[in-house]
Amino acid sequence: MKTIRMTRNRGITLGLLLIAFLILAFLPQVTSGYVITLLIDILKFAILTVAWVVFSGPSGYMSLATAAFYGLGFYIAAVFSGTFPFPVLVIMAGAVAFVVALGVGALTLRLRGVYFAIFTFALVLLVQNVVLEIERVVTETRGRFVDTVSTEGVYYAIFIVFVLTMLTAVLIRRSRYGLALQSIGEYEEAAAHSGINVVRTKVLTFAVSAIFMGMAGAVIATRRTYIDPYIAFNLNTSFLPVLMAMFGGMTNLAGPVIGAALFTYIGEILLTRFPDLYMLIFGVVLILAILFMPNGVLGLAQRVWRKIRGGRRAPA
Amino acid sequence: MLEIDGLSASYGKVQVLWDVSLRVDEGEFVALVGANGAGKTTLLNAVSGVMRPGSGSIAFMGNKVDGFAPNQIVDLGLSHIPESRQVFTDMSVRENLEMGAYPIRAWKSRRNTMKRVFELFPRLEERAGQLARSLSGGEQQMLAMGRGLMSLPKMCMIDEPSNGLAPLVVRDIFRVLKSLHEEGITVLLVEQNVRQTLAVADRAYVLENGHNVLEGPCCDLAQSEHVRKAYLGQ
Repeated sequence: MKTIRMTRNRGITLGLLLIAFLILAFLPQVTSGYVITLLIDILKFAILTVAWVVFSGPSGYMSLATAAFYGLGFYIAAVFSGTFPFPVLVIMAGAVAFVVALGVGALTLRLRGVYFAIFTFALVLLVQNVVLEIERVVTETRGRFVDTVSTEGVYYAIFIVFVLTMLTAVLIRRSRYGLALQSIGEYEEAAAHSGINVVRTKVLTFAVSAIFMGMAGAVIATRRTYIDPYIAFNLNTSFLPVLMAMFGGMTNLAGPVIGAALFTYIGEILLTRFPDLYMLIFGVVLILAILFMPNGVLGLAQRVWRKIRGGRRAPA
Repeated sequence: MLEIDGLSASYGKVQVLWDVSLRVDEGEFVALVGANGAGKTTLLNAVSGVMRPGSGSIAFMGNKVDGFAPNQIVDLGLSHIPESRQVFTDMSVRENLEMGAYPIRAWKSRRNTMKRVFELFPRLEERAGQLARSLSGGEQQMLAMGRGLMSLPKMCMIDEPSNGLAPLVVRDIFRVLKSLHEEGITVLLVEQNVRQTLAVADRAYVLENGHNVLEGPCCDLAQSEHVRKAYLGQ
């Protein structure tokens, strides 16, 4: 009985995922304009949040380097725009982000707790200033023009990167590698005693998560005609995914996606309705969310669902 | 099997081990006893690669292993079961054990190894699906030992398994240690519980303030004036 119900549940989940996938895949055929633009934004943040959760969720290492890898991808798309076709730009961005993250990870992942967070935060500013200096000295400009891609093209590109991110995240979570990462987060020394190569596991996952951040950056860069280092390396890109993951809940991969979607949508509404009070209201919503939903929206939903089912069962 | 020669180690400026030597032959059950702060855990950490010793050499099965990373030491077949259990509290008992079998060499046979661990600790099988945080102190110690065995070690270093446990549980733990040894695993046991330790081990070393002070067969040590005064309260 139990196994039958479990397979049926899994079937329903897979079915829902397939429907969501098909809707997202065919949406540009039926609608355009605002909905698509909003979805591009949501998918972008979903990628960044899921990629962040892949590493920082289980390992407990709070990375604020998202903006550095996203910005690198963003900038690479701008520098080589026109030289290479769009898909090549996106792959290049992922590869560069991966290599940089390998180096940075090897240097910094021996730092623990808040020191790691501070270093990754500083990394964003470091990369930003290096790019700024290179532009000033070598090209003697501040920004660059970008060849734009049609909204529909951007939408499909970001959708593909999103699907890749989700697949990778699921694979890592399911593998013994994901479990090893979690054991590092729980007790790093005991993980080492269990024969886990702690350094390699941390650095490699950090770098894999950076691939998708870089790719997202490259795709979004083509939405603009002009960019400069201040636009590419924006610290909000580091902080928002962390908040979205907390808002959505991290016990399950649906959490970060839900968090990114709701957060982006609420932000959009607030920004259009109350442009002056936007940040204030957002802050209050966030504080309330952290206070009353310790496991995010997902945790709240699970709690309510359990209550409903429990209530139904009680009278019988 | 394990040969430590002239080992010194310090934390910053504080030196903890002075010229300590120790050897464990294949198939032996050796104990390392001493008071709190004598440097016993530091010695184990230096062997398993968690800390870098200042000078001296460490060899396992004839190969020099100082400077090796902890996972390399585990790969060679030397398992360190750390002090105060250090189980992964938010993972299930089964997941904890699976993590113990992380080295590729042990991963393939993890199902069979787990069966063996469950035979040694039937309690763990009953609780296989439970989160490790819900286990009692004694069960967590069993889990830590089971996890250490999952890597199919040739030799185990066990750090204070009796720490903070009820006398009855301690007796169980010592019984398991004995049967591990009978199965052919070489054991280096670090303990403060000197009486029970000297009763199960073949040979023992006494460490005081980071120095080797005594060494010999357990039955001799148990008779020695120094040990009786300082550790057995006689």
